[in-house]
Amino acid sequence: MSAQETGGQKHAERREEEVEEAPVENTDVTERHEALSEDVDAILDEIDEVLEENAEEFVRAFVQKGGE
Amino acid sequence: MQHSRVMGIETEYGISVPGDPHANPVLMSSQIVNGYAMGEPGLSHARWDYEEENPLRDARGFTLARESADASQLTDDDVGMANLILTNGARLYVDHAHPEYSSPEVTNPRDVLLWDKAGEIVMAEAARRAARMPGAVPINLYKNNTDNKGASYGTHENYLMRRSTPFSEIVKHLTPFFVSRQVICGQGRVGLGQQGTDEGFQISQRADFFEVEVGLETTLKRPIINTRDEPHADAEKYRRLHVIIGDANLAEVAGLLKVGTTSLVLSMIEEGFLGEDLGILRPVHELHAVSHDPDLAHRIDLRDGRSVTAIELQREYCDVAHKFVEDRWGSDVDESTTEILSRWRQVLDDLDEDPTRLTDQLDWVAKRQILEGYRTRDSLSWSDARLQLVDLQYSDIRPDKGIYQRLVAAGRMQRIVSDDQIRRAVLDAPEDTRAWFRGECVRRYGPQVSAASWDSVIFDIPGRASLQRVPMLEPLRGTRAHVGALLERCETAVELVDALTSA
Repeated sequence: MSAQETGGQKHAERREEEVEEAPVENTDVTERHEALSEDVDAILDEIDEVLEENAEEFVRAFVQKGGE
Repeated sequence: MQHSRVMGIETEYGISVPGDPHANPVLMSSQIVNGYAMGEPGLSHARWDYEEENPLRDARGFTLARESADASQLTDDDVGMANLILTNGARLYVDHAHPEYSSPEVTNPRDVLLWDKAGEIVMAEAARRAARMPGAVPINLYKNNTDNKGASYGTHENYLMRRSTPFSEIVKHLTPFFVSRQVICGQGRVGLGQQGTDEGFQISQRADFFEVEVGLETTLKRPIINTRDEPHADAEKYRRLHVIIGDANLAEVAGLLKVGTTSLVLSMIEEGFLGEDLGILRPVHELHAVSHDPDLAHRIDLRDGRSVTAIELQREYCDVAHKFVEDRWGSDVDESTTEILSRWRQVLDDLDEDPTRLTDQLDWVAKRQILEGYRTRDSLSWSDARLQLVDLQYSDIRPDKGIYQRLVAAGRMQRIVSDDQIRRAVLDAPEDTRAWFRGECVRRYGPQVSAASWDSVIFDIPGRASLQRVPMLEPLRGTRAHVGALLERCETAVELVDALTSA
C-alpha cells in the first residue's frame, strides 16, 4: 500500500470521482504495517544466522515413518 | 469456583540424523529415551504396565478383533521398547518410530501447557545426553506433525469426561468446533496435500491427513473424532476423550487456548448447554478447505443451509461459552477460566480485523509472517526449499537452532508460563492428580518401582515372592493432599506397601 493512496484528502477526491470500492486505509494501520515490515527484516536477519546450510538436501533428508 | 478437568497431552517428536535419511528411527528414538535415563539414575528399569490397556475398545460400544487390527494399532504390544517414567509423572518412551513424551495428568489448561513445555526441555536434554554416548551421531528433534512426504505423527490431547454423556452428542458438537479451531491452534505448514506437493501455505500441519468423520484408527483413515475408549480410570464413571486432530504447538497462547477452549466446549456438551446444531455438510472437505485458506475468507456450508467462516463458527462457541460460565458461576469464576474466555474472544477479534496482531501469539501467524518475509525479500516461490526449511526448523527444539526458540529469546513471543516454572515442571509432578503419587514413587523408591502406568504403580520388594500392584483408578486421588503425609512417613518402598496393604 503506497502512501499516496491513503489520507482523507485523496479519499475526498475519489468520492467526487465516484470511485466506490477504493479501500480506506487507516494511517495508523499503515504506519504500523510499515514498522512491522522493518521488524520482519530484522527477524529474517536473525534467522539467516541459524538456518541450516544446503536447504534442499536438508529438507530432502527429513524423512519420517508414521507414528501414533 | 474452579472449572477443572483431568487432561494431558502426548507428543510424538519428529526425529532425524542430519544428512542420513536412512538412519533407523526406532533405534534413534531408543537412544533419545536411553540418553535421558543416563542422567537420571533410578529411572531406567521401570516397565510400562499394560494390564489395563485396551487400544481396540471403541467408544461406540464394541471391541475390534485383534486379528483384524492393523499392526500399528497394537500399542500395548511393544514391551522391550525403551520406556521411562519420570519424577514429574510423565512417560518418555518409544512409540513406533518416534520418541514420545506423554505429560502427567493435570486439572487445568495452564498446567497442560506447563507440563507440555517441560516435555520440550526433557526432549532437548535427552538429545544432548544421547549425543554424549560413545559413537553417537547427533540426533535432531522437531515438535511438528509431518515430514511433508506423506508421513504424519501425532499430538494427542486427552480429556476425562463423564461416562454418562452420550457419544453422539460429543460427535455432533465437537466436529464443527474441531473443523474451525485450527485458525487458533494450527502450527502452519508449507505445501498442500499429504505429500505437500502442491504449492502454498496452509494453517494446519495435520488437516490434510484426516479422511473420515468418526473412527477408531489413528494411523490410517484418520478420523476427526477418534473413538478409542481406554479411560485409564474407572470405566463406569469416565471416558477419556482421545483427540488426535490437533497440531503440536510451540506458541504458548495457542497451546493454552487449544486445550482451554476445548475443555470448555466439553463441559457445555456434558451439561447439555449447546442447543444449536452447527452441523457441517461435509466436515472432512471443510477441514481441508479451512486449512488451505490462511486469508480466512473460506465459507463453510452448514447442514441447515447457512454458510459461515471458521472465525464465525468459533464465535458461536465462544459466545455460548461466555454465557455458560456466567450462567453456572456468575462472578465466582477462577482466573484461569476468565483468562481463556477473554483471550479466546480477543484472538477471534484480531483474526477478523488484523491477524498480524497475533504474530506473537499464534504459531501459524508467526510462521507465515516469516515465510512471507522471505518470499518478499528473496523473491522465493512456495516450492523453494528454503521456505520448507523455515517450516521445519521453526519446530527444531534446540535453543540455538529452533526458529521459534530464537523468537522467544528475542522477546518476540508472548509467554504464559515462566522458564523457572517450566524447569520445576521437568522435575516435579502436578500436585493435584494421581501423577503426584506416580512421580513421587519414582523419585523416592525408584529402584523398587518395577512398573507403572497411568492407573497403577507396581513395586518389586526384595524378599517378597510376588509384585505388589497399587491400583490408581481414580485420577483425583494420589494427590499431594491425599498421600503426601503417607509418603513422608514411609522412608522405603517396603514401608509404603505395608502401610497401603494394612489399611
